[in-house]
Amino acid sequence: MSKLRTGVLGVFAHLDSATDAIRRLRGDGYEVTVYAPTPRHELEEALETPESPVRIFTLTGAFTGTAAGTALATWASIDWPLIVGGKEIIALPAFSVIMFELTILLGALSTVGGLFLLARLPHIGPAEAPMYHPSFTAGHFGVFAHAPRDRYDAVQAILSEAGSEEVLVDHR
Amino acid sequence: MATETHHHETAVRSAFHPDVAGYEQVNRDANRLLTKPGKGYLALLGMSIGLVGLMVIAELHNIIYGLGMSGLTNPVGWGVYITTFVFWVGIGHAGTLISAILYLFRAPWRQSIYRFAEAMTVFAVLTAALFPIIHIGRPWFFYWLLPLPSQRHLWPNFRSPLLWDVFAVTTYLTVSSVFFFIGLIPDIAAARDSATHPMRKKVYTVLALGWKGTDREWRHFTRAYLFLAALATPLVLSVHSVVSWDFAVSIVPGWHTTIFAPYFVAGAILSGVAMVVTLMVPVQRIFGLGAYFTPVHYDRLAKLLLLTSLIVGYAYGMEYFMAWYSGELFERDVFWDRVTGDYWWAGWSMITFNAIIPQLLWIRKIRLNLNAFFLISIFVNIGMWWERFVIIVPSLAHSYEPWKFMNYHMTWVEASILMGSFGWFFMWFLLFLRYLPGLSIAEIKEVLPPPMRHAHDAAAHTAQVDASGTQVDWSGYTEVERR
Repeated sequence: MSKLRTGVLGVFAHLDSATDAIRRLRGDGYEVTVYAPTPRHELEEALETPESPVRIFTLTGAFTGTAAGTALATWASIDWPLIVGGKEIIALPAFSVIMFELTILLGALSTVGGLFLLARLPHIGPAEAPMYHPSFTAGHFGVFAHAPRDRYDAVQAILSEAGSEEVLVDHR
Repeated sequence: MATETHHHETAVRSAFHPDVAGYEQVNRDANRLLTKPGKGYLALLGMSIGLVGLMVIAELHNIIYGLGMSGLTNPVGWGVYITTFVFWVGIGHAGTLISAILYLFRAPWRQSIYRFAEAMTVFAVLTAALFPIIHIGRPWFFYWLLPLPSQRHLWPNFRSPLLWDVFAVTTYLTVSSVFFFIGLIPDIAAARDSATHPMRKKVYTVLALGWKGTDREWRHFTRAYLFLAALATPLVLSVHSVVSWDFAVSIVPGWHTTIFAPYFVAGAILSGVAMVVTLMVPVQRIFGLGAYFTPVHYDRLAKLLLLTSLIVGYAYGMEYFMAWYSGELFERDVFWDRVTGDYWWAGWSMITFNAIIPQLLWIRKIRLNLNAFFLISIFVNIGMWWERFVIIVPSLAHSYEPWKFMNYHMTWVEASILMGSFGWFFMWFLLFLRYLPGLSIAEIKEVLPPPMRHAHDAAAHTAQVDASGTQVDWSGYTEVERR
């Protein structure tokens, strides 16, 4: 999954120019990293982003929570059996609250775990794309094309044609 | 980069935020909250911290001299502490309603107020969590509430609603804090990118976890956020239900009813929406956020308040109906006592503030008059505290045999802790306003039309050109509101 460490960054003021650049670059076989200040479905469509697997973490966590809640309440009740009013020691209607709360708790925590794992947060080590611009959290969209040095000219041309305001080249 | 000029090409505006010109303006306005505070802010913060100090002194009396410092005695074993606990847990509910439930409903008016509401939730639950610990009298043994292994194999009773409550409230605190922080990550990154103060820059860099807004990050973030909202939704409905079962599962007259769960949830949302408005109006005035908290937002909040007020009013009436129709003597007596007994003033303030005064919001002029709405929200806040008091104290003070009737009086220790809880809540809220993005920068941009070079691509099918030549995107508006 490792992308090339070199490339060219295009800064876009307009969403449609950015999606245009993404389509052209991907059509020419370049890998891209896209920066956006807010999630936009237009970008996902241009990138043909597959469904995020975060949901598997949510489901696994939630079911683990249900099982943990059942196990904890049942086992603790058996460990010191105390009959009150002739009622069942393993009282599932009462335990359902514990089961429910732990379903939510572990479901949520494992969703966050999944997010951190998949989105690589907190980000340590080299960034996915070596170039970034602070305006990407404000109003600009960024398209970084991962390309070898000898293709910089072609990539620059695509980005400018698509309407990039500024093209930054990685000269390291 | 010359960004300003480009935005004029496509002047499509969101109907919810017609005064917001574009993405950059959101960042500017949000960052304005993070600049140097004025004297008024420092005075408010000082007052809040002072109240927290008062709470600490009062709690030290509780610890050193024992719970006898409170007015709790037989038969009223639950008083101001539990009242205030239920009150604050309830306050939190509107925040989750706005942040999670309205998210699932794709309500576009949620975006600009959600951060405030979610912050309010976290701090309200943080405040509520103090009270069971204060109420147990020996706070250093609070861990006995948790199912931890002990040498004697003693476990808490999983059939008790009080233990359900421990699970519900700790889960709620954890999940809403997580939801709050996850939502903050992209906005902290935005604050990091525009921070000029070196210390702030450092702290935001750490808190943003290296967020850059790449496609990979957004892809997983949006999904994770959706699932967190989907988990928080049933959670919030469960929390106040479980709190209500603390009462309803017992057989005390006035508590033992099946309507308690929905009744408490509606009351929680009523009080929470009132608190959102109580916080929003001054913040809007002080920081000039009229572009984000527009009349549409207040109008819809008012309708939410009105709806929950009607549900609560219905529940009040239904409680009396059930007491009468059941023919149960003790039940009838407690409910009659609520409005005619020693606590008649509490009973009537609850009915007046929660069920009658909010009916003024049927009038559009009052809904859109911020001063009037603010005042109503204060009344509801007070009324909802009285509601919990009326449910808890008169029921205990006046149940079963007359020889055990005994009234309860709040002491200065309890009053100080009650006031201190407001100080504690506002302290956190004020610190939040100053140090973390109070406007949800990335999410407000979701409802703004994206900057487009070719205008017909985006939202053009719903956009209309008004008299001044600015296009307005009406998606998310109802027909009635457009008129």
